[in-house]
Amino acid sequence: MARDLDAQEGVRNPVDNAAEGESPLIRCKRGLFSCALDRRSFLNCALASGAALCVCEFARPLVAAASWAGPQKQDDSRFTVEAKFYQKLQNKKIKCKLCPRECTVGDRERGYCGVRENRGGTYYTLVHSRVSAAHIDPIEKKPLFHYLPGTLAFSLATAGCNVNCKFCQNWDISQVRPEQVPAEYAPPKLVAELAKQHDCPTIAYTYSEPVVFSEYLMDAADAGHEAGIRSVVVSNGYMQEEALRTAYGKMDAVKIDLKAFTESYYKDVVVGELKPVLDALVTLRKMNKWTEIVYLVVPTLNDGDSEFRGLARWIKTNVGVDVPVHFTQFHPEYLLKNLPITPVPTLERAKAIADAEGLHYAYIGNVPGHPAQNTYCPKCPRMLVERVGFTASRMLIRKGSCPFCGQPIPGVWHA
Amino acid sequence: MCRWMMGATCSSSRRDFLKKCLTGAAVLGAGGGAGLLAAAEQREAFAKSRVVIARDAMLRGAGTTVDSRRILSLLDRALQAIFDRDNPIETWKKLVRPGETVGLKVNALGGPGFCSNPLVEAICERLQQAGIKANDIVVWDRDSDELERAGFHVSMGGNRVQCYGTDRVDYEQELVTRGSVGSRLSKILTQRCNLLINVPVLKDHDGAGVTIALKNMYGVIHNPNKYHPNGCNPYIADLNMLPEIRSKMRLTICDATTAAYEGGPGYKPQYSWKNNALIVSQDPVALDYTGWQIIDRKRAENGLKTLEGDGRAPHYIATAADRQHRLGTNDPGKIAVVEV
Repeated sequence: MARDLDAQEGVRNPVDNAAEGESPLIRCKRGLFSCALDRRSFLNCALASGAALCVCEFARPLVAAASWAGPQKQDDSRFTVEAKFYQKLQNKKIKCKLCPRECTVGDRERGYCGVRENRGGTYYTLVHSRVSAAHIDPIEKKPLFHYLPGTLAFSLATAGCNVNCKFCQNWDISQVRPEQVPAEYAPPKLVAELAKQHDCPTIAYTYSEPVVFSEYLMDAADAGHEAGIRSVVVSNGYMQEEALRTAYGKMDAVKIDLKAFTESYYKDVVVGELKPVLDALVTLRKMNKWTEIVYLVVPTLNDGDSEFRGLARWIKTNVGVDVPVHFTQFHPEYLLKNLPITPVPTLERAKAIADAEGLHYAYIGNVPGHPAQNTYCPKCPRMLVERVGFTASRMLIRKGSCPFCGQPIPGVWHA
Repeated sequence: MCRWMMGATCSSSRRDFLKKCLTGAAVLGAGGGAGLLAAAEQREAFAKSRVVIARDAMLRGAGTTVDSRRILSLLDRALQAIFDRDNPIETWKKLVRPGETVGLKVNALGGPGFCSNPLVEAICERLQQAGIKANDIVVWDRDSDELERAGFHVSMGGNRVQCYGTDRVDYEQELVTRGSVGSRLSKILTQRCNLLINVPVLKDHDGAGVTIALKNMYGVIHNPNKYHPNGCNPYIADLNMLPEIRSKMRLTICDATTAAYEGGPGYKPQYSWKNNALIVSQDPVALDYTGWQIIDRKRAENGLKTLEGDGRAPHYIATAADRQHRLGTNDPGKIAVVEV
């Protein structure tokens, strides 16, 4: 099976959530480590990683999905597994209990996510082991800054998403049905095996929206743990509590995209709701899951001082000042091409407000070389982790503490 | 109702307009009270959207399946009533021209219970008699397997009528956007067809209230699952505003031979009835409004609440008629329902 995957020539290199600005597609030739990068991507990579760093080391292809050469029928049966979170209703209808949307789905129909189908009154996920994107990424790309810095994550995604963010950078896999994109069959044990082969201590469920492939994620996490591989998830957190506890209970770390701090933004731009996401963050806190938060700053839509302040105060009150928050730069994509890239001063303003409100770890993301990508001790305040792009170039934390003043630095720093 | 009155573009609108001017002038020129009355009636007729309901109680004879000759006859009656023509072939020639590629967008989701195959065969027969080559007719929906399941015979290539799903040719890579909608369109619509005949089924829909003409366009895009919240409103109206759809749509021929008043859009025999009718219009909003009333009447007969009472009124129909969309009319005073 590994050979099946290795044999592919192209690679899909989607962006983790909407935080990064790079072109989502980089195609590489297997084994040659030569990248067909466009000029902008090359410059981005060079800036991010330093001229001496070969980005292709992080771009080894695992699954081909960069472009669809033409329609091809996939064998649906091997990806189809009964869903875990739903309730049967009369007349062969079901109610999905995975996310707060609670789709009522008639026979032969699918839920909002497009990857779950009612067949005769039984609800099925169509994306178990159906990988539409796979890649080896630095864990910093998720971004997880306080979790095994400098390591690699075997990152994968299926098609589908339970929201429809107008700025989505991976919309060509997240906003499609599984049969509309090429996919490879990657059962859980194979994923764990490949992660091990490629020296990845972690499997990351990312790119599209892992909520919608919860069953696969759970099985892959189990297979990973049996093989000594951890699991992290990059998610919008728009999930019902029971599903969250069951599925993300198997994760070793979680990154949540908190897309704004107003319900109106969630309704108009995300097509979701804010409150369940805030509830999910609180639940994760109660579960003692290592959690980081990303806030994509979109010019004019969610970049007001009051929102930044409200967000920072909510975090401080409800999940604690030690939860890292990444204010990341927006790049025009998908249905929001009419807005400019977020100005760096706006991101700096967001961070300044978070700092002033007492958050200990507010970062600026997607701005290569910005000093706010580094981790500083909140007490002394010396630099403890230096990052260049997605690479942790210096790591000074010892035994979870600042080596200069002994201040504990929360996170999972060593395997 | 003429397409130019719906605000849509139409290649024959100028010709129609001139004809109507000439007719109007002739009537006015006749002078006298009777002439003026006729002119007023004619203006009123033109101002209304015509929805033809053609019914045949003996459509299935003594059996359960639709008789192919009777449905052809029913189709002729409906089209002749829409276009005021005596000859059925001439009626179709008013609608299509040789050399055009005609897409028949059917609704295969309901499976064999709502099989439109006899109607589609009748349409194909008349299209060919009107000068359209068999292989310039494409019967399509989103998925070939669904078409097969609904009783269509999938075929690509050769000199036969073509029948396949978008899964065989893919969707356009580029997104098209309008209001709340951002989608990739089927290449069958964008690259294969010059014009579109919408062939929906008359059905209840658990989310949208009803699914008839306007909602059938969900089968044209790659991501219909994203547009079901809020009773599909305003998504259905916004979708039908896309120029690629609006400019190619010529006619809706709704298969109401078997219809569903509850439990849709899937086929549930206990909630369906043999209606033995076709509903035809060039105004999809008026057609949907009329279909909604039919479904509500059937619900009342069966002791069910109206869709409004059930919290499922199809508000998207009003949105499609509003000032931002103007896809047709939902004003009963401006709809002429003609039963034949």
